[in-house]
Amino acid sequence: MYKAAVIGDSASISGFAALGLSVFRETEPEKITKLISRLAANDFAVIYITEPAAALVSDTIAKYRNSKLPSIVLIPAIEGNTGDGMRALHEAVEKAVGSDILN
Amino acid sequence: MARLNVNPTRMELSKLKKKLSSARRGHKLLKDKRDELMRQFMILIKENRQLRTEVEKAINEANRYMAVAGSVMQKEVLETALMLPKQEVELDVSEKNVMSVYIPEFKTKFRTDDTNDIYSYGMAFTSIDLDGAVSALSAVFPKMIRLAEIEKACQLMADEIEKTRRRVNALEHIMIPDYEETIKFITMKLSENERSTTTSLMKVKDMVLKQSHNYH
Repeated sequence: MYKAAVIGDSASISGFAALGLSVFRETEPEKITKLISRLAANDFAVIYITEPAAALVSDTIAKYRNSKLPSIVLIPAIEGNTGDGMRALHEAVEKAVGSDILN
Repeated sequence: MARLNVNPTRMELSKLKKKLSSARRGHKLLKDKRDELMRQFMILIKENRQLRTEVEKAINEANRYMAVAGSVMQKEVLETALMLPKQEVELDVSEKNVMSVYIPEFKTKFRTDDTNDIYSYGMAFTSIDLDGAVSALSAVFPKMIRLAEIEKACQLMADEIEKTRRRVNALEHIMIPDYEETIKFITMKLSENERSTTTSLMKVKDMVLKQSHNYH
């Protein structure tokens, strides 16, 4: 059975704990990197990560982009939306089509 | 284009012709694959974009409730309220094959069926905004799972499209022209050889005739 995790600062992600997702309150790049590889090895199929936390470990996230699992999804933090999640989408279009045609 | 480094023999010629025809067939197939992948990708990416907008909006909404709850309640009380969840999510992962790209599909399973189990705390000491935050998150959760699924699918497909496009281009602009040029070169060389054999035969014939019959 696979599980779902949420990574980010405490204020942004506490609510997900009530839904029954595994919540990891981490804000340091090294710890997040280690955490992601540990989660990926331990049957976590979906990892939600707040945009500020994801910005700290963009290399690690890029590493898992083309592997089948886990699916790492950026979500807005409590401070609001940075647009990083949408940007990743535009990058995928650019990669596939050659130019960004989403507008 | 560079000609391949081969001997101009009939053997090589027939080998190259076979290679050329399979390269052409491969090119056509890959081009079809690319087009179909692209079509599916465009459908997915549009859904992805819409879903992401919706999810981001809903999470922002929940965060706003959370921010209010955090300001009304003490941090410790808030943490304690959410410390021991009653509900637990498990995912069933299967995969779907789209043009030989294996994309994951998630199915959620909750430990308890009671929808009120998302409230892991007593209502007495918590702010109503916390309830709002939790219920908003719970409402958007199915969309979040679908987003995880579709975002992964888009990434995997973008990667596959890029790979396929490279293969199509390599075949179209390098391999096929190379084969054609080499085939042309061998054909020319062979017919040149043939002509040279004919002329030397004619010459020899002339010489022999001249010798035996004294012809001019």
